[in-house]
Amino acid sequence: MIIDRLKNAWQGIVWYLREISGEARYDHYLEHFATDHPGETPMSEVEYLRAREEYDRHHPNTSCCC
Amino acid sequence: MTTSAVNAAATPAGTPAPGTLEFNNDYTPAEAERVIRNSKGLPVGVKPKMVWTWPKALLWAAIAIVCACGWSILAVSRGEQISAIWFVVVALCSYAIAYRFYAYYIQMKIMRTDDANATPAERVHDGANFERADRRVLFGQHFAGISGAGPLVGPILAAQMGYLPSVMWIILGVIFAGAVQDMLVLWISAKRRGRSLGQMATDEMGKFGGMILSIFLVVMTAIAMAFLALVAIKAMAASPWAVFSIGMTIPIALLMGCYQRFLRPGRVIETTLLGFVLLVLDIVAGGYIADSPVLAPIFTLTAPQLVIALVIYSFAAAALPHWLLVTPRDYLSTLMKIGTLVLLVVGIIIANPSVKVPALTELASTATGPTFSGDLFPFLFITIACGALSGFHGAVSSGLTPKAVEKENQIRMIGYGSMLVESFTAVIALIAAITLSQGLYFATNMSAAQIQATAGESYSAEASAEANAVAAVNAMQVSDIEGNQMQVTWDSVDESGSPKTYQGEEALTKAASDLGEQTIVSRTGGATTFAMGMANFLKSYLGGQNSLGFWYHFAIMFEALFILTTVDNGTRVARYQIGEMLANVKRLKKFGDPTWRPGNIITTLVATGMWGGLLWVGVADANGGINAMVPIFGISNQLLAAACFVLVTVCVAKMGYKKYLWIPVVPLVWDVAVTFTADFQKIFGPLSYFATASKYQAQIASGALEGEALANANAALFNAYLDGVLSVFFLVMMGIFVIVGIVVVAKVLAAGKFGAETTSEELFVESEWFAPSGLIATTLEKKVQREYSAKLHELAQNAKTAA
Repeated sequence: MIIDRLKNAWQGIVWYLREISGEARYDHYLEHFATDHPGETPMSEVEYLRAREEYDRHHPNTSCCC
Repeated sequence: MTTSAVNAAATPAGTPAPGTLEFNNDYTPAEAERVIRNSKGLPVGVKPKMVWTWPKALLWAAIAIVCACGWSILAVSRGEQISAIWFVVVALCSYAIAYRFYAYYIQMKIMRTDDANATPAERVHDGANFERADRRVLFGQHFAGISGAGPLVGPILAAQMGYLPSVMWIILGVIFAGAVQDMLVLWISAKRRGRSLGQMATDEMGKFGGMILSIFLVVMTAIAMAFLALVAIKAMAASPWAVFSIGMTIPIALLMGCYQRFLRPGRVIETTLLGFVLLVLDIVAGGYIADSPVLAPIFTLTAPQLVIALVIYSFAAAALPHWLLVTPRDYLSTLMKIGTLVLLVVGIIIANPSVKVPALTELASTATGPTFSGDLFPFLFITIACGALSGFHGAVSSGLTPKAVEKENQIRMIGYGSMLVESFTAVIALIAAITLSQGLYFATNMSAAQIQATAGESYSAEASAEANAVAAVNAMQVSDIEGNQMQVTWDSVDESGSPKTYQGEEALTKAASDLGEQTIVSRTGGATTFAMGMANFLKSYLGGQNSLGFWYHFAIMFEALFILTTVDNGTRVARYQIGEMLANVKRLKKFGDPTWRPGNIITTLVATGMWGGLLWVGVADANGGINAMVPIFGISNQLLAAACFVLVTVCVAKMGYKKYLWIPVVPLVWDVAVTFTADFQKIFGPLSYFATASKYQAQIASGALEGEALANANAALFNAYLDGVLSVFFLVMMGIFVIVGIVVVAKVLAAGKFGAETTSEELFVESEWFAPSGLIATTLEKKVQREYSAKLHELAQNAKTAA
């Protein structure tokens, strides 16, 4: 019981960190791709990251903290 | 979208995805009434409603009672020590009540959020910026976006007047102004496909209003950069430990960037952990550098040298690819932001420090305090700035967050909730300042010139800076919480390791040596004060007395990382804004392309030139620069907040919610009163920048100054004129903006035509997504989640068989 709970909590933490750090972005891309373009080959992770970088260059975030 | 994709996005990997079999129609009648279904029968939301049960009512009654007790302890305690934990209690209880009742009231009366309507993330859903983010994740991202060094600086400087006005404004200000602004700007932007402030002002108030806001944003970004950079530089000047450890973050970031780029692409957490370990080692190494007679002088830099280094650095950061320097530093500062906040709260509770500053000091009734000049109204509110209300947040709330929010009902939690956490950091900063001895606080926060002026006859050019600081503290007629004349004290241990309270000059030298600094006198800007308080909390449960130096520099690192990230981002933001403005001119259209290199270099040069120039004159100012910069920074920030409220008021008026216009109008009127009074006093009268300028002019004309003193006076003269001109500029710009807003509102009310179609709001689009509203899903939301999954599955099956 307790071990299960701890395991759940740990998985929750890992999930949160992966989401907030943006590490899970590629996973979401794959999910998307599987539903929107079934049968096609998605970009590799490195390709995806480069494409995302390029996108950010064209769509800069123009807000800033204080 | 299939069931699996939805589950992966909406539930943590840990919790089992609610499958088809788990849904059994077990709604109670009252619950069933609240479920919102779209035309396909998908349950897409839950109508917000306050459901009262006895335990809940008792809980809220208890919270209200604790809150009232806490406030009365803070308000009436005189002549006795109180525990700093009361501040935490009062803040948390007040936030809880405000979030549950006032924010909910605004949600029901103004935002009228409807989960049947699709948010921009669902409407556009392009897999890039318009992508659903889990509400808990978005809360963290939005908080990381709004939080910066501002709330750590303002309350420290404001503490000279005593804790009560500061704590009242930080808590009440956030409840009725700051968090309301963040939430309502997020709301209007989410209703308009995540448009930015400038675009929304153009849409709702005309081209003129939009243009004013855009120009204002560029100028105030430059001022904020210069002010925050000045704070960082004041903490780093003449401190080899801080210079080394903060300087080393550049190679650490480069290493992290390359690690992530070439060795482990996409492994962000791993890279961040690697960076954090290096960061801790780096801070430890800084201690050895400071102790080494050979290396310490190399890393002992003066303030002007640091300005040059900082300008070169941020130009390089903007010119280099992001993955190399900026992105890894963002990782580090985000980790530090959230992690350190948690460490600090635990530290305060364990250390349980007692407050040394009275509710109101003598300086509250005079306009002569060293950290900021001017009366409590309006300058205390100007000085606290970001911790209670920050115009900058309007830009974040109309940036990435509205594009990623999943459901309208989440806006309260993300917008209002994040700002409450931001305010809580301001309360912690205040606690750091008021648990130090008052004498120590003033010795640290008076510039050399102020110490000389305050000490008067007891000042001696031969005596040490510490001795003069003590003389100045003794000359100030300020009492401590017990009603006695304030003293310089420092709690530490003597050679044999037994606790001892050092007094006077000895306290200042002992504190400096405990913290691993050469001196702590005249370290204006608030960063040093904050770091001393923070080190005291953290050493209480992590490492003991010997770790004081480490924690002090950890705190300096925390604040400097914050500030340098802001400076990086701010330079970039200012650059885009300048590019966009130039692109409005026909022949300079090319500047609108953010990837055009020559344009980038020119706009970056302009942006760094703007804040670099302001920073340079700030550093050269003999009075410490902070004193001159605080008001101009605070005024510009708070004026932007007023602009956000004007925009929100226009939107609310156009929707026809006349009865609830007071919700944005009350903070707007207050904010306009504060900023315009402050700005007036900075233009006319004895406190004005022009009065300061004529004082310097007389000094220069008398011919008594020469060499460095003359150069400093010239710099201060230029600074005073510049700040004076900026004050006039702000007053005129925002005066016009407010008038434009009033005219628009008057026209709308006179025409009597209201509703979404009179605004730039997007029309209703049916939503197909479900997600809970608050941080923790309610029982009903869990049921709906299961029904949603089951229905989606069913729909997918039907589609398959039909195909």
